[in-house]
Amino acid sequence: MGTTSMNNTEDPELGEAGAQLSTAPVETAADRTPGGPTLGVIGWARWFWRQLTSMRVALILLFLLSLGAIPGSLIPQNSVDEMKVQAFRDRHETLAPLYDKLQFFDVYSSVWFSAVYILLFVSLIGCIVPRSWQFVGQLRSRPPGAPGRLTRLPAYTTWRTAAEPEEVREAALTMLRGRRFRAHGVGDAVAAEKGYLREAGNLVFHVSLIVMLIAFAWGQLFKSEGGKLVVEGGGFSNTLTQYDDFKSGSLFGTDELTPFSFTLDSFTGTYARSGPQRGTPRTYEAALTWSTPGSADRKQVVEVNRPLEVDGTKVYLNGHGYAPVVTVRDGKGDVVFQDAVPLLPIDNNVTSTGAIKVMDGYRDKNGKKDQLGFQAFFVPTFAGAGKGDMFSQFPGLEFPVLALTGYHGSLGVDAGLPQNVYQLDTRKMKQFKGADGEVLKQRLLPGETMQLPDGAGSITFEKDVKEWATFQITRQPATGWALTGAVAAIGGLAASLFIRRRRVWVRAVRGEDGVTVVEMAGLGRSESAKLPEELTDLALTLHAQAPTAPGETEEPDVPAEGAQQ
Amino acid sequence: MTLAAATNEGLAEISNYLIYSSMAVYTLAFFAHMAEWLFGSRSKVARTAAALTAPKEAAAAAPAVTVRTAGGTTVLDKPKVVTRAAAGTRDVPDGPGAHGGTEKGDLYGRIAVSLTALAFLLEASGVIARAVSVQRAPWGNMYEFSTTFSTVVVGVYLALLLAGKNVRWAGLPLVTTVLLDLGLAVTVLYTKSDQLVPALDSYWLWIHVSTAIFCGAVFYLGAVGSILYLFRDSYEAKLASGGRPGRFATSVMERLPAAASLDKFAYRVNAAVFPLWTFTIIAGAIWAGDAWGRYWGWDAKEVWSFITWVAYAAYLHARATAGWKGRKAAYIALVAFLCFLWNYYGVNMFVNSLHSYAGV
Ligand code: HEM
Repeated sequence: MGTTSMNNTEDPELGEAGAQLSTAPVETAADRTPGGPTLGVIGWARWFWRQLTSMRVALILLFLLSLGAIPGSLIPQNSVDEMKVQAFRDRHETLAPLYDKLQFFDVYSSVWFSAVYILLFVSLIGCIVPRSWQFVGQLRSRPPGAPGRLTRLPAYTTWRTAAEPEEVREAALTMLRGRRFRAHGVGDAVAAEKGYLREAGNLVFHVSLIVMLIAFAWGQLFKSEGGKLVVEGGGFSNTLTQYDDFKSGSLFGTDELTPFSFTLDSFTGTYARSGPQRGTPRTYEAALTWSTPGSADRKQVVEVNRPLEVDGTKVYLNGHGYAPVVTVRDGKGDVVFQDAVPLLPIDNNVTSTGAIKVMDGYRDKNGKKDQLGFQAFFVPTFAGAGKGDMFSQFPGLEFPVLALTGYHGSLGVDAGLPQNVYQLDTRKMKQFKGADGEVLKQRLLPGETMQLPDGAGSITFEKDVKEWATFQITRQPATGWALTGAVAAIGGLAASLFIRRRRVWVRAVRGEDGVTVVEMAGLGRSESAKLPEELTDLALTLHAQAPTAPGETEEPDVPAEGAQQ
Repeated sequence: MTLAAATNEGLAEISNYLIYSSMAVYTLAFFAHMAEWLFGSRSKVARTAAALTAPKEAAAAAPAVTVRTAGGTTVLDKPKVVTRAAAGTRDVPDGPGAHGGTEKGDLYGRIAVSLTALAFLLEASGVIARAVSVQRAPWGNMYEFSTTFSTVVVGVYLALLLAGKNVRWAGLPLVTTVLLDLGLAVTVLYTKSDQLVPALDSYWLWIHVSTAIFCGAVFYLGAVGSILYLFRDSYEAKLASGGRPGRFATSVMERLPAAASLDKFAYRVNAAVFPLWTFTIIAGAIWAGDAWGRYWGWDAKEVWSFITWVAYAAYLHARATAGWKGRKAAYIALVAFLCFLWNYYGVNMFVNSLHSYAGV
């Protein structure tokens, strides 16, 4: 069957029958060209507004929006990872200033990207408001009367019956209303319509888009987000200085940080011990004690997908690792450093690296001030001596080994530049050498000590290995609104795409020979195979009450299909 | 370094055998489809041409409704509904399908579909064996994505066939691309069965990824429909303007459904799955909110999902706008699908993304 995607509502021959079957704006040639020679300011403004709220411009803006989003996925973004942006700047010295000018490092908050979506949403509002009024009008008016020739409609049937025309119309009205059509009698026919929810759904969908956008923008402007590494026993209180790193929206004020604090009592990671999944984490749990000013301490366990929530601020657990406790002594045996040193994991089995820095308090054997640095390599589960490399075999703490090499000299921390605490800047340091002249390197078991050469002191790997956890502390207002908008958008979309809006007419008139002729026809907003099915069903129901007149078969002599213009 | 060795290698191996066997059977299905096309008849060539060049006045007059009496007998026949195409469109009958209406072609076609069904069962078992061997959803890497993806594509196709839809014309392009996809999967993308990083351990993984794969499969069917529509539409346009397409084009195009049917198929399929795609993105955002503390962060994968979504929204819009229906809308649908593909393969391979599955 030759079918088409064309909206039936645009068939000029149907006249009023297809009018107001939707609220989509109809584009006319006049919309496209500014009309008349005497187009004043108001005329232009009007023309511009009509352009902006036309479907064609909406389409173009949608294109621009997706096009504009592309650079942000290919070029590193400040909002995602500033380190990567910096790396990019270092690599592309000529390109970077150009990108800066084009705001390519901040695509999603750039002037041009904002312009596109703001225009789109102005267009959307300008489109929704009149469409809503129109829809309300449609709800209050009644379906238009039957067109003159029902045979021109996409689905049609007819038969002759002995029942009176009034009876047939009455039966049709009852039947259609029973099937939740809005139906009324106009002249010699009954007009009915169904599926208004389609339009309602479409409007809900577009309104939800606006709700989502506002909620998202609000969340972006007022959000705050920062990370903090806490070793077991350590704590955090929610002020700016306590964060390891911090980002916030442009309208965020520091007084908006929810006042609260917590301490990490313990971190527990358990792992599958055997089977194909060996080593796979089973649980990550951070036991916190937290409080807000003026309230008692409370306890809560935070897991990976289960944050602690304090008054709109969420504390997510998003990383963990080990912090071996080490003690450094000087040549005289005095303790100059004792702390748990967090090391960063480099693989799934938590092989970790990091640096131990002794900044002050240390004097060498001559009593001169010096600084010590150690490069540390840690595995929670060692493969066993002679079994090759220092890679952990299991993420749990089963056979911890700490490997160290030491340096002395200047750590370079006084230069005023911020320094990565996990890396050792050895440019101004000298590596300790063993008696054999080889680099001093040692693997320590818990409790073991590495002696530094020439009475420079010692470093001890204590029996205590602490764990640390990183937390992400975020506050993003209006999340609830975004979710509500999203759910409404899906609902509206489904209604808009799956509900068919259609009209049915039933005409019953006395024919020239005195026998009643029943004609039924259906029209949908867009052509659908369901329409004839539904019409058949309706016709059969009506036919049961107004059966074919005795001595007749109905066989409408219409071309079966393919009536051409 | 990892404990991959400890994963259930036996099952993983079985999975590989199943995937290879399915490829073999798909290959047979491919040849059967070729036979369907080759041995199918070319005799019905004139149908479209006839429909398009028929005298235009034929139907110009309004059909008179006369009701015939059947010689005094009381026949209580039921009312029959007649349908009519909308104004301004070509009214062309659908082609008979690849077999061209011949029994021999049809037989090969049926064999091809049966083989496809068999290959589907093998492939699906392969995917499931893989899932069992790693004790998780089989969507941890590109190899697993690709095998699951083509399984779902064929599954949707077979389901449509079972539901009595006229989609057998999609058989050959489908089997061909499934073979390409699997070929790529077992050679370039192959990854040994391994376990997953646990940040992904959330029921949102199941929801988000399974709907994403399903949407992709359905979008793919839509794209096949759109491509064939473009060819068929040019063919019809050429005929309508008095042109004379080549023999090969005629033979192929005559058997496909009418352009309008293909267009409608593509639209239906895309529109039906678009709300699910919207849901997929929202589910991803909820999951990101749970796992990373922000529901939307313009990560590359998120950006491309958004672009794909906007592109499909543009497609649906285009269909409602005069002047953009038909070919232009079909181009938008294809661009939208390319965005989807890029998100699936391109972003994984070429762009740095959080979704490369690292983290706690
Ligand atoms: C923010 C960007 C927009 C998005 C993502 C969007 C998305 C969509 C989608 C997915 C549909 C398909 C649903 C359906 O066919 O019923 C649709 C329909 C529609 N949209 Fe939009 N839209 C946007 C902006 C606009 C604007 C600015 C206008 C007005 C100029 C508009 C007017 C319409 C109309 C009238 C329909 C119904 C078409 C029909 O009844 O077939 N939309 N929109």
